[in-house]
Amino acid sequence: MRIDLSRPSPPSDDKRWKMVSASMRRHGHKASSLIETLHTVQEAFGFLDEEAIEFIAASLRVPLSQVYGVATFYHFFHLKPPGEHACVLCTGTACYIKGVPKILQALEEEFHLKPGETTPDGKVSLMTARCVGACGLAPVAVFDGEVVGNLKPDEVVQKVRRWKNDES
Amino acid sequence: MSSQVRILTFKIDDRDVSAREGETILEVARENGIYIPTLCHLEGLSSTGACRLCIVEIAGRPKLFPACVTRAEEGIQVITQSERLTKYRRVILELIFSERNHVCSVCVSNGHCELQNLAQKLGMSHIHMRYRFPSLNVDASHDRFIMDHNRCILCTRCIRVCDEIEGAHTWDLMGRGVDARIISDLDQPWGESETCTGCGKCVHVCPTGALVEKGKSASEMAKRQQFLPYLTLMREEKE
Amino acid sequence: MNPEEIQTIAANQRKAKEQVPHHICVCTAAACLSVHSDEVKDALSDEVRKRGLEKECKVKGVGCMGLCSKGPLVSIETDGALYQNVTAKDAPEIVEQLGQKPVKRLKCSTKIPFFQNQKKIVLENSGVIDPDRVEDAIAAGGYDALIQALTAMSPPEVIEEIFASGLRGRGGAGYPTGLKWSTVSKAVGMHKYVICNADEGDPGAFMDRSVLESDPHRVLEGMIIAAYAIGAEHGYVYVRAEYPLAIKRLRTAIRQAERLGLLGKNILGTPFSFHIEVRLGAGAFVCGEETALIASIEGRRGSPRPRPPYPAESGVWGRPTLINNVETFANIAPIIRRGAEWFSSIGSEKSKGTKVFALAGCINNTGLIEVPMGIPLREIIFDIGDGIPNGRSFKAVQTGGPSGGCIPEQHLDTPVDYESLSKLGSIMGSGGMIVMDDTSDMVEVARYFMEFCLSESCGKCAPCRIGTDQMHRLLDRIVKGKASIHDLELLEELCDVVRSTSLCGLGQTAPNPVLSTLRYFRGEYESKLVDVAEAVKKA
Ligand SMILES: Cc1cc2nc3c(=O)[nH]c(=O)nc-3n(C[C@H](O)[C@H](O)[C@H](O)COP(=O)(O)O)c2cc1C
Ligand code: FES
Ligand code: FES
Repeated sequence: MRIDLSRPSPPSDDKRWKMVSASMRRHGHKASSLIETLHTVQEAFGFLDEEAIEFIAASLRVPLSQVYGVATFYHFFHLKPPGEHACVLCTGTACYIKGVPKILQALEEEFHLKPGETTPDGKVSLMTARCVGACGLAPVAVFDGEVVGNLKPDEVVQKVRRWKNDES
Repeated sequence: MSSQVRILTFKIDDRDVSAREGETILEVARENGIYIPTLCHLEGLSSTGACRLCIVEIAGRPKLFPACVTRAEEGIQVITQSERLTKYRRVILELIFSERNHVCSVCVSNGHCELQNLAQKLGMSHIHMRYRFPSLNVDASHDRFIMDHNRCILCTRCIRVCDEIEGAHTWDLMGRGVDARIISDLDQPWGESETCTGCGKCVHVCPTGALVEKGKSASEMAKRQQFLPYLTLMREEKE
Repeated sequence: MNPEEIQTIAANQRKAKEQVPHHICVCTAAACLSVHSDEVKDALSDEVRKRGLEKECKVKGVGCMGLCSKGPLVSIETDGALYQNVTAKDAPEIVEQLGQKPVKRLKCSTKIPFFQNQKKIVLENSGVIDPDRVEDAIAAGGYDALIQALTAMSPPEVIEEIFASGLRGRGGAGYPTGLKWSTVSKAVGMHKYVICNADEGDPGAFMDRSVLESDPHRVLEGMIIAAYAIGAEHGYVYVRAEYPLAIKRLRTAIRQAERLGLLGKNILGTPFSFHIEVRLGAGAFVCGEETALIASIEGRRGSPRPRPPYPAESGVWGRPTLINNVETFANIAPIIRRGAEWFSSIGSEKSKGTKVFALAGCINNTGLIEVPMGIPLREIIFDIGDGIPNGRSFKAVQTGGPSGGCIPEQHLDTPVDYESLSKLGSIMGSGGMIVMDDTSDMVEVARYFMEFCLSESCGKCAPCRIGTDQMHRLLDRIVKGKASIHDLELLEELCDVVRSTSLCGLGQTAPNPVLSTLRYFRGEYESKLVDVAEAVKKA
């Protein structure tokens, strides 16, 4: 019996896979480049789906369950597509002391939205981060990459509502 | 190549013992018939030092040491039994019991369970903390075996035997902390796993009723682990 | 390049700088960027161009100036003026007043204790040089120490110098750096590694990030000197993926250093070679722990393993490995340049040099500070930090993050050093310092840190995995008024068990925030308890 040990071809001819393959090649397809590769895929596609995980596992010859184990160990990786907009609330110590829990509570009451979740309409993902390094402005959120400080719960609720209504 | 093995002498519970360099405290204790409780450790598999039940004291050092991964050193005095150790071991065991849903009376492993045996041996009569009661599923998709996450204590023996002995690496751990869970392949039902060879080694090394054979009723699932040291030995001889 | 050529770069850069009479420095570190300092910088550049002053005035982005709460900050290098809360609209006025009387409205005095009481070694170039330009770093003395080490010192001499300086690890535990270097240098094995720990997991701290964003070459220089001292050819910087700007600047710095032959093959024309790779973390606090960090570099789940063997003996790929923190490496060049004696004259008896702290919470001046070891906490909080805002009073200061503890008013005169802080039940930690006023609920604070440890526990060892969850549940009950004295007793018992039996530092220190708040604020816990019957009813 012959076992086919050639590297698998990408799941589709989407150009982004070229980036992923190039990154794996740069690391010599070493199993140790698993985390780097997951970063590359997430950067290109926004999240890691099953297809991607299977492709990486086969390319780097790492067991499937191990890739899945690594992808779910690190909170930076997402296995589901993110919402159109991202609201990242800082839950670092300074922000916590200065009232982030109230903001989280308001979002949950208003939209049933918990950290790590996306609104059912796919518009807004709520995430948390530990200290974004702007403690002087606590409490701090990052709205689609923009750091905003000195927040009040209703300001964040307003922002999420505007996003849901496709206003900015 | 002449490899001279250095022999160390030290004390376990005031008894003089000797060890080959590189041996763990647990190995030496067992050779001398001294009991140290263990749970995640299994002879023939790599050790992880995860359950912490095998902790011992070394005189003059403030920290505690897991016997299964701590190498013997010349002249140390190991203490395997003390009030402090007994208490710690009992609380750790309580923690393990509180984590998931261990209902011994209805378990197929009742009477053959390493966790249950340890509880008896360490005199754990009841649990002071609240049970967490997580809701976890039972995977009965495999045609011969069952994985019941409610009874899993995350000792990772199944992962290790599958990787180190069978070479399939079907199992691994997903998530982390108290949400960590054993998975097969991409967290698929076990029966759909393409890597599982169906060898059943994981079932037999599982210390509790988490991995069992199908068709057993309460108290019927005794495990056979003798194959493991044998397999390991045969493998080493070949190398 | 050889040492002379590097020195020529420095000289040219200094000369070029002298020819421009005015330098406007705009802070472009994370905190100021978040209040749009990039717009301020663009507006200033436009204004200079509009007035045709390009020859007389340069606008440049620099790293963190420290006083983050007053950002965006702009400094005029030649006039020595510092402006606070600058907006793009202020640009014309600032440019107008160059070389004359500073704009009064925006002026931030540098005579205040915030600036006067600091002592800068690690941060000496932060807020002064442009982190994206290696020439700027070299002109400010960057890589001088490397030249000195490589051309005039043997590896054992370098180690001896670090040893004699008394430098201790800034990553939390305070292990003597020289001793660690000497252990790794003696370890047998061909391939050795140097790792810079830039995972910075403490959720209220951003010192390492700021150093990397403001002066990345200083960290590289420290690593290269370390590699020379211990005989390593490869190194990694393990940075959190949450720090995109730091990663970008670090990568730029590595490329620049390689281009100048300060990194890579045959450094400065000597036989010594050293390569550095950047590895990204992915959101796991436990990966700051050295064995977990190594697992992560190897592409695996970041679970710690039992030590020994220590990384010094068996680290990445089973090779002898030196792991130090960012700030530890940032101290190396100054020590080599100015000597161990100079360094050990700063600080207290057992804790030498300075420490960088991220000051935050209920305090007027939040930001980044560097102070000599041994300075009393009171001076940090009331002089440098300018006290508590909104007319409230001080209650406690938290140091060491989730592994540390809260220190109350009666101990504010304690000097800041490794031993004194641990005597108080806290730790030096990596440098997070969060001030709490009298409105803070200490049980709530303990619950916050336990929630953190619970969600960051890797799940490998039973006491930490389940113990942190059980302790969190107990703290939650206490906060919600559903707990009895039995619950408090159980909490204390679990603190003891988890601390004594966990596999790694995360579990071993997770109880600290609870233990220290219990020690100083037990009354707050007790006042929340209900009697046993009621607790059962509420269960
Ligand atoms: C849970 C945990 C988290 C840690 N996080 C960090 C960290 O973020 N940065 C760091 O430099 N050291 C961290 N450490 C300490 C490291 O394990 C290690 O001691 C340190 O990097 C050594 O460097 P130093 O001697 O220069 O301090 C952590 C330790 C533990 C147990
Ligand atoms: S704690 Fe939120 S920015 Fe630091
Ligand atoms: S048997 Fe040693 S830690 Fe589990």
